Amino acid sequence: MIVGRTEAWTGRLLLILLMAVTIVPFVSLFTTALHPSRSVPLGITWPDDPQWGNFLEAFDQAHMGELLVSSVLIVLGVVPVAVVLATMAGFGIGHLRVPGSRPLFLLFLLGLTLPLAGIIIPLYYLARELGIYDTKLAIILPLIGLYMPFGVFWMRAHFANMPQEISEAARVDGATTWQLFWRIHVPLALPAVSSLGILFAVWTWNQFLLALVLVEDPTERTMAGALGAFQGQYATDIPLLAAGSLVILTPTLIVFLLFQRQFVSALLQGSLKG
Amino acid sequence: MTTPRALRRRAARGQRWAGWLFVLPALVAYSVFVIVPLAMTVHYSTLRWNGIGESTFVGIDNYVRTLTDPTLLGIIANAFKLIVFFCGVPVILGLLVASLIRRIATGMLGTAARTILFLPQVIPLVAAGIMWTWLLSKNGFVNQVLSAIGLGGLTRTWLADFGLALPAVGVIGAWVLLGLCTILLLTGMSKIDQALYESARIDGASPWQEFRSITVPALRYEIGVCITVTVVASLAAFDIVYISTLGGPGTTTTVPGLEIFRLAFLGRQVGLASALAVVLVLLVLVTVLPIQRLTREDTAR
Repeated sequence: MIVGRTEAWTGRLLLILLMAVTIVPFVSLFTTALHPSRSVPLGITWPDDPQWGNFLEAFDQAHMGELLVSSVLIVLGVVPVAVVLATMAGFGIGHLRVPGSRPLFLLFLLGLTLPLAGIIIPLYYLARELGIYDTKLAIILPLIGLYMPFGVFWMRAHFANMPQEISEAARVDGATTWQLFWRIHVPLALPAVSSLGILFAVWTWNQFLLALVLVEDPTERTMAGALGAFQGQYATDIPLLAAGSLVILTPTLIVFLLFQRQFVSALLQGSLKG
Repeated sequence: MTTPRALRRRAARGQRWAGWLFVLPALVAYSVFVIVPLAMTVHYSTLRWNGIGESTFVGIDNYVRTLTDPTLLGIIANAFKLIVFFCGVPVILGLLVASLIRRIATGMLGTAARTILFLPQVIPLVAAGIMWTWLLSKNGFVNQVLSAIGLGGLTRTWLADFGLALPAVGVIGAWVLLGLCTILLLTGMSKIDQALYESARIDGASPWQEFRSITVPALRYEIGVCITVTVVASLAAFDIVYISTLGGPGTTTTVPGLEIFRLAFLGRQVGLASALAVVLVLLVLVTVLPIQRLTREDTAR
């Protein structure tokens, strides 16, 4: 492609500038975290005496150990169940074409753009009534339900594109629908299933409102929920808040950098289909 | 006489009903935690209820209040103002950045730009809120830069400024959503036939004309997706606002999601909060459906 020299350089400069704007908040958080606890540093300045111990202290104060366990448990409670339910329903609607599959699908679609704030009030009373308020289940169970519209939408799109011949051949060989699903279709659906799993895991990890309303104990919350509580608690101690935020962010960033390709493609397909 | 074929068809019909067993678990989870709560929100919205004691049926009173109270209307308007930042900035800037990456940064710079611009998309919005609250504070980096370039007169506590708090919250949202839009648009651009650009160039088209008559129409679907995702993010905003301003100063940055939370769980006005929740659900639907219509109709992908 022929591009003018000036255009190329202004373009590059603009890109670098935008990248800098994206990075600056992280850098600012990092340098702030190294200042002495309770001081109020200025913008981005390197401290005379970097307090690396702040990270250890924040790790302690934020109960990082318990938090990691809690977040992982919540993700493990939500993702496998939500993925299996969505895959089965997607198969039923998209491939078996159960009677009434059209209105059924529309019913699920209705939930796609539903803001969580629209149902958070009843979810609170429901959690109280079910006796799961202030436990991990109060986050896990509603999330499984909330993920169904997207999950069913996603898996239906996959199964609708699977040729019927595959199933017919298997049925001739005497496979039941159950076997057909687990032995033939699930293995073929693995790429779609794993993208869905990645999406559900990120959304769960980052879920804030549910954690805020349904779980008071920060160590029973998701990472984002705990971070919110940490902010409330350390609003006056900026370096410690910065250190804690970084500590809480680190697992997400590591996972992102390791699985970047899968991550980006899942999120992209996610929004393209949604 | 029953042919094997008819037998198979009858079996297939049975299996189609058996298929309901596959859908049922998802339907139950969805009903219990989404459909029923949605119906309950509608029910609560007709009550005057403090959340604990007796409730009284008040009909559409809560809706009348939601749609006439200047404060509540202002809060709904705030959500729409956020669209400018959450949607306008990322989509327009995203188009520019994506075409830049396509045109001049195919190598290392492009890869780096993709990774870095996408970072805000993977961290919790809560974290984005915390970072920017510090950045925009009195001693934050933004004021540090302004002072350094001799614009010290402009420095202020951005998130506490009545006129500028909402745009400042908007900037945080734009920062988060720019990467997603850029990468979505890049994916769309990689599908455009390069021959189109070559023939346009032979016809002497300027880069702007190319952009307007080839790139944008070809990206109709992707632009539609970007607009849908970002508009929903603005109307349903909660996390960023809760962390960075809690709706203040005054109610200048309060959005419906936050007001629902505040009315229901801090103000004990469950009925009014529920009416606002129903209004929010409907507003998202009537805003998003036309966008979907416009961008999907004849692309049919």
